[in-house]
Amino acid sequence: MASTIFDKIWQNHVIEGNEGEPQLLYVDLHLVHEVTSPQAFEGLRENNRKVRRPDKTFATVDHNVPTNPSPVDSIENIHDKISRLQVETLQNNCQEFGIKMAGIGAKDQGIVHVIGPQLGLSQPGKIIVCGDSHTSTHGGLGAIAFGIGTSEVEHVLATQTIWQMKPKNMGIKIQGKLAKGVSSKDIIMHLIAKYGANFGVGYALEFYGDTIEDLSQEARMTITNMAIEGGAKVGIIKPDEKTFEYVAGRKYAPEDMDAAIAYWSQLYTDSEEAFDKIITVDATQLEPYVSWGTNPAMAVSFSEKLPKITDSNIKQAYEYMGLEPGIKVENIPVEWIFIGSCTNGRLEDLKKAAEVIKGHKLAPNVTGWVVPGSRSVKTQAEKLGLDKIFIDAGCEWRDPGCSACLAMNPDKIPAGIHCASTTNRNFEGRQGANARTHLASPAMVAAAGINGHFVDIRKIS
Amino acid sequence: MDPITVHTGRTVALMNDNIDTDQIIPKQFLKNILKTGYANSLFFDWRYDDAGKPNKDFELNKPERQGASILITGSNFGCGSSREHAAWALKDWGFRVIIAGGYSDIFYMNCTKNGILPVVLPQNARDYLAKIASQEEITIDLPNQEVCCGKEKYHFDFDQTWKQKFINGDDDIDITMAYQQQIEEYEQKLPVFWQ
Ligand code: SF4
Repeated sequence: MASTIFDKIWQNHVIEGNEGEPQLLYVDLHLVHEVTSPQAFEGLRENNRKVRRPDKTFATVDHNVPTNPSPVDSIENIHDKISRLQVETLQNNCQEFGIKMAGIGAKDQGIVHVIGPQLGLSQPGKIIVCGDSHTSTHGGLGAIAFGIGTSEVEHVLATQTIWQMKPKNMGIKIQGKLAKGVSSKDIIMHLIAKYGANFGVGYALEFYGDTIEDLSQEARMTITNMAIEGGAKVGIIKPDEKTFEYVAGRKYAPEDMDAAIAYWSQLYTDSEEAFDKIITVDATQLEPYVSWGTNPAMAVSFSEKLPKITDSNIKQAYEYMGLEPGIKVENIPVEWIFIGSCTNGRLEDLKKAAEVIKGHKLAPNVTGWVVPGSRSVKTQAEKLGLDKIFIDAGCEWRDPGCSACLAMNPDKIPAGIHCASTTNRNFEGRQGANARTHLASPAMVAAAGINGHFVDIRKIS
Repeated sequence: MDPITVHTGRTVALMNDNIDTDQIIPKQFLKNILKTGYANSLFFDWRYDDAGKPNKDFELNKPERQGASILITGSNFGCGSSREHAAWALKDWGFRVIIAGGYSDIFYMNCTKNGILPVVLPQNARDYLAKIASQEEITIDLPNQEVCCGKEKYHFDFDQTWKQKFINGDDDIDITMAYQQQIEEYEQKLPVFWQ
């Protein structure tokens, strides 16, 4: 019987149980951050349990870390006492249980989904979990990667395994060349806008087709990152030469790369018959997307008008966003831009935004924040002089972290402000109380910053 | 985990679709390092106005809905962030059962770990349940997989393994510890480059 890449990796990890019932799976990599882990470690202590495989566990701090333009290189820089306690708690837990950690100021520190791939910890064929829904990101390297809750974090710490029900397989076939300026962010935003915020519930999504093959390794991760916004815990892309090359030479890459590549090369979907469902996308027709409402499905392509009010969800979204049906996204006044997050905070994303912004200034009423996804991304970007481009345009060049993607640190978008954002969620209050988020690609966000409203990136690139 | 077999209680309805965990519990309450103390933070931005006063129109604030233990809601409930704080906050407020059109996968798992029964019913059934009076009680019978409300009865599907777990109130880690030997054997078979 034909299998998908997802079926193959899953089957390789089953310790107990049959399909159709919860199965016990082995976890190859467990990433940990400060927000969803304290109660899990406490649970271990209460029950006198150890971490089964500290060597397969890696921790960092990202959600709570302030990203002031001046370096945030020690815990002393966290002025919010409760945030600081959470970060300290993780430090102490990692020490007590023998877990490697990239703490504040460390050169490997960054957003957990940026550093996993960057350090070579995330690899094809692994099962990767983390107490964070955007763990789906790592599926861009051909792994099964998904977010879990804190009780599950505790379970993985104690047993290095997890009980899961196998989801079904959905193939998303994407073919054709993208128009210049249209990016992988637009592919995933299109899918969610067209099929809804829950089209992927109960499925693992595999993205394939020549459009996907042409994408860089980093661009692929933007797609799998937002699989969760379509309701799918897992998004996966077949690993290929680009992937192997991406992993090779990284800090925690396998020593025996030949053996690893031989193993990884067996990870592919046998035939389309293996999918329970297939969606096709003609990439040549895709336009840039911008979200107008309060969930990622409330988004339109550049040439569309904002939809009519047909239910109370849409009505509530318009009220919150201070917008009206019938206008176009170019009519939305943009007062803030945010470039960063695990969706679009990698080096390539910063390069794309910098290309657009180079030689321009932010529009007079616009504030701009650029937050690299990790310290290493920051250093690399500075080597390329990207920091200067952003600063010259009038943006703040900040330290790595989640920052205003979720605003649980001091970085918040003020109430009522329309913020063009390279992040993944436009929920009410996500970027700050009453802040109004518009999701878009790095190039679209950069262009909105210099114009004070959204513009069609295809016309300027 | 507290077991659930048959639960009888009063209801409150929030019928929006796609209620995300950022709404169920906003991020400022995720800094806590405990599992309890979240009841007042539940649906914070909807429950309180900008000045911090309770919003009288919000269902959870209505005096006649206090003490409700069953939440009736829309589809794709609990989407977005994986924060288990959402389940803890619902539990802390007193909810033991949720009746939705569907759930995000991660939130569903978090319910199974915290003794909150996630029931799925179609729109017409939920529309009916959403209208029942505040003092009226309904019963969720897990062994028979039925929601009973006066003369009305609605069947719901439920995975048999999770069902046993709810009925017994089992601890997952204890269960898994019994597989120690299989886990060790599995680890020995890992490819050398992943040992
Ligand atoms: S960058 Fe945003 S979405 Fe990504 S892990 Fe941080 S808070 Fe979550």
